[in-house]
Amino acid sequence: MPEIAIPKSTISKTAGIRRPHIVVRIFQALKLPVNDPFAVAGLVIYLVFVVAAVFADQIATHDPTEILYTPSYDLAADLRPGQDGFLMGTTSLGRDIFSQLVYGSRSALLIGVTAAFMVALIGSIIGLVAGYFGRWVDAVLMRLADIAFGIPFLPFVIVLAAFLQPSIWNVVIAMALVLWRDTARVIRSQVLTLRTRGYVEAARVAGSSDFKIILRHIAPNILPLSFLYGSIAIGWAILTEASISFLGFGDPDSISWGYMLQDAFASQALAKQAYYWFVPPGVCIILVVSAGFFITAVMKTSFSRS
Amino acid sequence: MNIATRKTDVLVSVHDARLHYRVGGAFAAMRGKSTVVKAVDGVTFDIRRGESVGLLGESGCGKTSMGRLLLKLEETTGGSIHFDGEELGKVQRKGLKTFRSRAQLIFQNPFDAINPRFSIRATLSEPLENAGIPRGEREGRIIKALELVRLPEPAQFLDRYPHQLSGGQLQRVVMARALILQPEFVVADEPVSMLDVSVRAGVLNVFRDVRDRLGLTAIYISHDLALVRYVCERTIVMYLGRIMEDGPTEDIVHQPLHPYTKALVAAVPVPNPDQSHDPLPIGRGAPDPRNPPSGCVFRDRCPSAHARCAAEVPQPRQVGTRTVACHLF
Repeated sequence: MPEIAIPKSTISKTAGIRRPHIVVRIFQALKLPVNDPFAVAGLVIYLVFVVAAVFADQIATHDPTEILYTPSYDLAADLRPGQDGFLMGTTSLGRDIFSQLVYGSRSALLIGVTAAFMVALIGSIIGLVAGYFGRWVDAVLMRLADIAFGIPFLPFVIVLAAFLQPSIWNVVIAMALVLWRDTARVIRSQVLTLRTRGYVEAARVAGSSDFKIILRHIAPNILPLSFLYGSIAIGWAILTEASISFLGFGDPDSISWGYMLQDAFASQALAKQAYYWFVPPGVCIILVVSAGFFITAVMKTSFSRS
Repeated sequence: MNIATRKTDVLVSVHDARLHYRVGGAFAAMRGKSTVVKAVDGVTFDIRRGESVGLLGESGCGKTSMGRLLLKLEETTGGSIHFDGEELGKVQRKGLKTFRSRAQLIFQNPFDAINPRFSIRATLSEPLENAGIPRGEREGRIIKALELVRLPEPAQFLDRYPHQLSGGQLQRVVMARALILQPEFVVADEPVSMLDVSVRAGVLNVFRDVRDRLGLTAIYISHDLALVRYVCERTIVMYLGRIMEDGPTEDIVHQPLHPYTKALVAAVPVPNPDQSHDPLPIGRGAPDPRNPPSGCVFRDRCPSAHARCAAEVPQPRQVGTRTVACHLF
């Protein structure tokens, strides 16, 4: 019987074209690499942390900075996970670790996204301008990039934090000031090949201004690259913030995973064998940073293939 | 230029135009090793209104560079080019905007000349938008321009993208874009060299018809004497950035004067596979443009070179209907 031999997929196709679900279509429009298991893992990790950050107020059981007491009115210090209803235990100062972890994802997300946005924006603009105009504009901007390459990143953030008030924005500012260099270099080289294309010259003959040519004919072609470098910057920003906070240059008023590590270190959590205190924030940092790298690695290969 | 010359029928006037590129960076210059490539070197000619001039030469002779200079896509490094009495080097901002609508370019490679992300409508809207044509009038002008280049049923092409069109159709769109602002002067840079032989004639005929109908002044850049003869009444032969011979196309084809032109005419293929071709009277390749011969740039390949050719750069001389730069005349 020939009908039996028809594979299932063919039947569903012939049954009529159904529009995919709205969520599926949004994902398709973003062109995220959903075919790769690493990329899917990365996306899932991101999703979990974004949900945690957005709904931190609902998920957290306590105020992360509040000093808590046990039902018997003792300071809730150094409690083990589960003891007195504290999900992941408490710190030496009697703060809830689980709540700190949840709120930590909020500052990680905030820093990661703003830093990535700044790096991608500044890097793209400088790369576009240098590559398109060439000559002395290019020479000046690329020597600036050379200088930025010469700045040791972590010491720069520490010095910046020492001059400015300790704040999570120091990391964002430092990244914007230093890490645009990689993005700018790569985008510049892309623009150098794009500007020799016939249609760019055609736009000039058609009377389009330089600004218009960059915006309409060149920028759309480098957008995936800016996106790629932006997502690499997310991981860098979170990692840097953690390092800075761990070294004690972070903002003492905002809860981040780096701050938790520093707090645990300063309170000699290791000696107390309080693994429940410093392992979770460490794992969170590793998860988020590697999720970003999973996604970008897949994006990079698909990018170089096209 | 004074007012009086504006009234003459010369549209484009090139005087001793030069385009020199420095090759090698600052370090090479310090060691005295930087060289200058003279893409265009002391070129002088006038183009009258309504005239069609072929710019003929082998690759690397500076014909495309000359075309780019004429459209101010490149600035001269010496000499001057006047368009309708105005020096191109001094045209700025508003003047440049006007110039861009009066002088246009037809590109060599239609597959590269249209942004693959742009629909045909968007491609043809760009010049109209820049010229400040109101939105409501654009569609009508686009259709008219596409009809002008004889693209059948133009309306159906508007929302297509370049990859959905054939080479011949694309080249018509490129021509439509060049003509949509009704320019007076058009530079066509080998417009059919990327097309299949079968569609070349169609595109060439469109070019000829449109030019005659709109009374365009045109420069046709090509390495193919047969094509230039088909399209242009006058031909300028270039070699290594200089003009070798300049005169009516028919005279040049039937009785070439300059030894280089003679070789070019002899190199035109004859459509008879059995006819053997005499070896060309000139050496094979053009010299390194960074290091051209002294005196006459053609002398190392010229069968009739003599002592004077090495010592002295031949100046253009009027010979009958033509100008020839050769010591033989």
